Amino acid sequence: MGTDRDTLLRIFETAVTIQIIDDKVRSYIMSGAIQTAWHSPRGQEIVASATGACLQPQDYVVTNYRGLHDQIAKGIPLRPLLAESLGRVTGANKGRGGPRHVVHPQCGLMLTTTIVGGGLPIANGLALASKLRNDGRVTVCNFGEGAANIGAFHEALNLAGVWALPVIFLCQNNGYAESTRHEVACAIEKVSERASSYGIPGTTVDGDDPVAMYEAACTAVERARAGSGPTLIEAMTHRLQGHYVGDTMSYVPHQELEAQLKADPVPRFHSWLIDQGHATEEVLKAIEEDVNASIADAFDYAFSSEHPDPADLLCGVYAQGGRRT
Amino acid sequence: MTTTEEISTVSYAEALRLALDEAMAADDSVFVLGEDVGEAEGGGVFKVTSGLSEKYGKERVRSTPISEQAIVGAAIGAAIAGMRPVAEIMLMNFMTVAMDQIFNHAAKIRFTSGEQTTVPITIRMSCGAGAQFGSQHSDMLEAWLAHSPGLKVVIASTPADAKGLLTSCIFDDDPCVFLEPISLYYGAPGPAPAAGYTVAIGEANVVRTGSDVTLIGYGTMLQQLDVVARELSDEGVEAEVIDLRSLSPLDDRTVLESVAKTRRAVVAHEAVQDFGIGAEIASRIYEELFSELAAPVRRVGAPFTPVPYAAGLEAAYLPSATGITAAVRQTLD
Repeated sequence: MGTDRDTLLRIFETAVTIQIIDDKVRSYIMSGAIQTAWHSPRGQEIVASATGACLQPQDYVVTNYRGLHDQIAKGIPLRPLLAESLGRVTGANKGRGGPRHVVHPQCGLMLTTTIVGGGLPIANGLALASKLRNDGRVTVCNFGEGAANIGAFHEALNLAGVWALPVIFLCQNNGYAESTRHEVACAIEKVSERASSYGIPGTTVDGDDPVAMYEAACTAVERARAGSGPTLIEAMTHRLQGHYVGDTMSYVPHQELEAQLKADPVPRFHSWLIDQGHATEEVLKAIEEDVNASIADAFDYAFSSEHPDPADLLCGVYAQGGRRT
Repeated sequence: MTTTEEISTVSYAEALRLALDEAMAADDSVFVLGEDVGEAEGGGVFKVTSGLSEKYGKERVRSTPISEQAIVGAAIGAAIAGMRPVAEIMLMNFMTVAMDQIFNHAAKIRFTSGEQTTVPITIRMSCGAGAQFGSQHSDMLEAWLAHSPGLKVVIASTPADAKGLLTSCIFDDDPCVFLEPISLYYGAPGPAPAAGYTVAIGEANVVRTGSDVTLIGYGTMLQQLDVVARELSDEGVEAEVIDLRSLSPLDDRTVLESVAKTRRAVVAHEAVQDFGIGAEIASRIYEELFSELAAPVRRVGAPFTPVPYAAGLEAAYLPSATGITAAVRQTLD
């Protein structure tokens, strides 16, 4: 195993941060304290946390509406991240985008899109800029297995293959595209097999296994950084919450969901770290306490921030000029 | 406009190539991508990028697969990362398969990011009827684009404007769609403007002054408007002719100032008349000048039908000088 203790604990800290924030946001939504469309990444924390640990701050990440885990794993500070979810002017995007359009270029989070598959062609462009400038950056593009069935996926993988772009296509396969099971929508079992059509390597990995996920991501990142081109990683994972808050998940067989909840990857990682001797209960507890303190501070900041001024509604549509009134 | 005394003339297509050439020479962040744009692939179906890949290399003049979403998406991503890509969509109809990238992404990213990112792309598209290319290769869809907050939509009617406006688009920090009427590429040549010549986006051009009626158009319509204005002048009716040049942002100040003077207006465009740019311009005129108008604003556009194939049908489809003149007479009655 090439994953050292510090890396494992970093992955754990990120995963716990994602889990706690998501739990709190959903609780605030249910209590009416927050109104937002919210797509929980619960169950997919390890995919993002382990991948994030492979990346440099200057690397680029693209994600989608289920993007909290990817945004946190790329290092977006919690205050502007949560303020954006609350639609406050102090948000990362001044409350104009919301949680489903978070962008934080200083941290390399370059796009969050709500169009399934819409991010893949744009990830190619980020990677193309790196290739043209020879800046050594790589781009990770996150999407679900549902996006593997839309045209943009195929156009993007083909172009990335032809141009040998430094991009990693990270398919987070949680088994359900909204409420449609993978086998209903896709004629092959493994999305990763599609890579062969585009002349790029494809691999399927247990995304809930921090070590396996970290190694798969690092391999792809090193390949991209070396100029050898893209990789398609299919990270097998599970969505432990509905597609949206309020989704009763009636489409998931009861026993299947129960088994997934029992195998919740974050507490499983917690136990594994102790069992393997990487950390003591006290060490992990201290991490969780620090995380809780940061999250409490960020929520306080977000809730006490101003709402955007409606007088500023027309700002930012254009950099120069725009509609005359 | 020009600095040399014995100026050369260039075609519209050559003017565009000059703009691309100068922009690429001036700024390493400018690059070109699109179907067939490289020299080995023919330098573009209308030869606008001819010779550029030999001069700047295949890395900066990138031939692509037939993948419009991938083309526009790659341009957007590179732009977010600080480049100034120029994407070529071979024909305007093909933008329809990339509208997610154009409308949901390029147009909105600056706004929804709270100005944390911006998308300085130029998307060039050939457009328009007249070559018997049929219903899926001939449309003018500019109203669709102009209806999209965040996009700029530009169309030149002369080689000089083509060069000046394309240069402005490339160095503009917003996503610009640059429309190139196919029939103008190798039509009447015009003076080649000097290096560095630009035309500001959002500024219409009063190409002929007159006091009796204002004729408003863009792209291919300017040739028709010129014919109409000359005919009317022979009859003692002096038309003012405005080339909009930018559809978004729209220079309604120039339009309103002219119509306030002439009190009559006709808007002509090659696109289908219904829900078109002409309706928007007529509305803006009514909102500001209703009580001063001597006659209702008239619109001339294509009928509400797909572009037909047969030469006679296509000619009947396209707005003509005769049709525009008839509309002007309605305002004079």
